[in-house]
Amino acid sequence: MSILVIAEHDNKSLKGATLNTVAAAAKIGGEVHLLVAGSGCGDAAAQAAKVAGVGKVLQADAPHYDAQLAENIAALIVANAGGYSHILAPASTGGKNVMPRVAALLDVAQISDIISVESADTFVRPIYAGNALATVKSADAVKVITVRTTGFDPVAAEGGNAAIESLAAGPDLALSKLLGRELTKSERPELGAAGIIVSGGRGLGSSENYHKLLEPLADKLGAALGASRAAVDAGYVPNDYQVGQTGKIVAPQVYFAIGISGAIQHLAGMKDSKIIVAINKDPEAPIFQVADYGLVGDLFQLVPELTSAM
Amino acid sequence: MGSQARLEKHKESKNSHRSIALKILVPVKRVVDYNVKVRVKADGSGVDLANVKMSMNPFDEIAVEEAVRLKEAGVATEVVAVSCGVAQCQETLRTAMAIGADRGILVETDAELQPLAVAKLLKALCDKEQPTVVICGKQAIDDDANQTGQMLAALMGWPQATFASKVALADGKATVTREIDGGLETLEMNLPAVVTTDLRLNEPRYATLPNIMKAKKKPLETVKPADLSIDVAPRLATIKVSEPAKRSAGVIVADVAQLVEKLKNEAKVI
Ligand SMILES: Cc1cc2nc3c(=O)[nH]c(=O)nc-3n(C[C@H](O)[C@H](O)[C@H](O)COP(=O)(O)OP(=O)(O)OC[C@H]3O[C@@H](n4cnc5c(N)ncnc54)[C@H](O)[C@@H]3O)c2cc1C
Ligand SMILES: Nc1ncnc2c1ncn2[C@@H]1O[C@H](COP(=O)(O)O)[C@@H](O)[C@H]1O
Repeated sequence: MSILVIAEHDNKSLKGATLNTVAAAAKIGGEVHLLVAGSGCGDAAAQAAKVAGVGKVLQADAPHYDAQLAENIAALIVANAGGYSHILAPASTGGKNVMPRVAALLDVAQISDIISVESADTFVRPIYAGNALATVKSADAVKVITVRTTGFDPVAAEGGNAAIESLAAGPDLALSKLLGRELTKSERPELGAAGIIVSGGRGLGSSENYHKLLEPLADKLGAALGASRAAVDAGYVPNDYQVGQTGKIVAPQVYFAIGISGAIQHLAGMKDSKIIVAINKDPEAPIFQVADYGLVGDLFQLVPELTSAM
Repeated sequence: MGSQARLEKHKESKNSHRSIALKILVPVKRVVDYNVKVRVKADGSGVDLANVKMSMNPFDEIAVEEAVRLKEAGVATEVVAVSCGVAQCQETLRTAMAIGADRGILVETDAELQPLAVAKLLKALCDKEQPTVVICGKQAIDDDANQTGQMLAALMGWPQATFASKVALADGKATVTREIDGGLETLEMNLPAVVTTDLRLNEPRYATLPNIMKAKKKPLETVKPADLSIDVAPRLATIKVSEPAKRSAGVIVADVAQLVEKLKNEAKVI
């Protein structure tokens, strides 16, 4: 039994989510191969070869893999699926985009967002915004899976010494093309990988307040910044700050929810955090039902106080 | 609208149909309302759906709204809503038609439908209806699968643009801005294509009473999976459904000093 893991990378370096996905593969058991598909992705492939527990790296290098377009990447995965019992990718926007396409082309189900491996064919995944956990068993010959990274501790990025095999590129299907990207630039840790997250909601009232109040706190803590959907919708911060059922799923050591009411869709994205701190002026706010430490009061007074106390 | 006016309108749409027909198919799923906090059944067989409010999947409302706006802008000529599931999905289709979809198709079955099965049903309908664009929701808020649109695109051999926050159709191409982990990206793709909606694509309108009434008279066709020769048997068996671990209730701290003290000495996280 061999398992193919689809690496997430930017050609230069491997994304952390790949390490959690390899960890899920290791739980299933069997030889783990990492596919690095990209353009000029030699550095990423070299990093992939060092990942603990990886038996082989498959590198597919061609200009038409640069943009990670779903049509081309899915076709490549399907063309190389032979011999694998499982194909895994992180449940990132990249993995969610490509893997259902792979599954449909293989005529198998896709199992989304697994948080635990019960056996080689049985997995646990959240449904209903995490209000229930379903244990599902697949009867398909190949299991196509996306992995919720918060469910699996990452394997070591170093220590492995896998061979890199180069894969023949498939044709460019030319069904779509990338016109451009607007990526959020930040010196802060990535939301998905941060140990501490400072997250703000509609209670902050404006983009200006969000930045003026939360950035100094995040700076002191070395934290990533996050937000509720309401804060993103109101334009305080870009979309990729959103935590929740339909945003990012995070599980840091500490999650500060500031001016966030705690709607189920928001809780779905952060309730597995180790420690939750809530600051809200409404003592009845649902966020307090999941918070380890709640502070009732005006955030405009409490947040600066907290920042100077750190 | 008087019958004469309706006739004129019909002719008009027929004419434009001939020149630049652009049909949009919108799959809409009937799900537990997003405000409901579901409970897991004691026997672990599933969640309790008895007497629970059901609504259209919020992402599908956004999809219908987008399709209707494209029609109102003169880009699309027809909007067809499709729902797969039990007879009550008719209500979901009526809601779509009240927002502005022209007609509805119900693929009626009591069987459990998983995303691959839905994608196959939708493929059969696409083969028949020949839409230029299919706009799905990005994810159903019950199964949280986030698969159907991508699967349909694969089965059709079409390009896809998931998690759309902006859609433009022109000159046989779709230009779509997508919400991705690091920010935004814009793709251009050939049509036909599948688009899946993200939350910020638009804000769906409320259906007005007159439009709800009008929707009752719009055509609603019913087919069965067998009519489409599709095997909808599930590929995944649900062994059990359980409740997630509850967080133990925390404490309300008196002030910032106490919070910092607890974070340092009790939780030892800073
Ligand atoms: C399909 C769907 C998917 C969704 N997905 C997500 C998702 O992924 N993530 C997400 O976050 N939401 C999501 N939502 C939205 C969610 O339902 C809530 O609307 C949203 O989380 C509310 O954001 P909020 O807590 O910032 O705003 P509000 O609910 O308005 O809460 C603001 C809070 O700030 C407090 N406050 C105000 N002023 C102060 C002050 N001066 N000091 C202290 N406290 C103050 C208030 O007491 C209040 O509790 C989704 C909704 C739907 C329908
Ligand atoms: N039973 C269904 N009937 C109609 N559309 C559906 C159905 N199931 C899924 N869809 C569509 O596919 C999208 C994604 O669903 P899912 O893959 O289940 O998360 C939904 O937002 C709908 O647009």
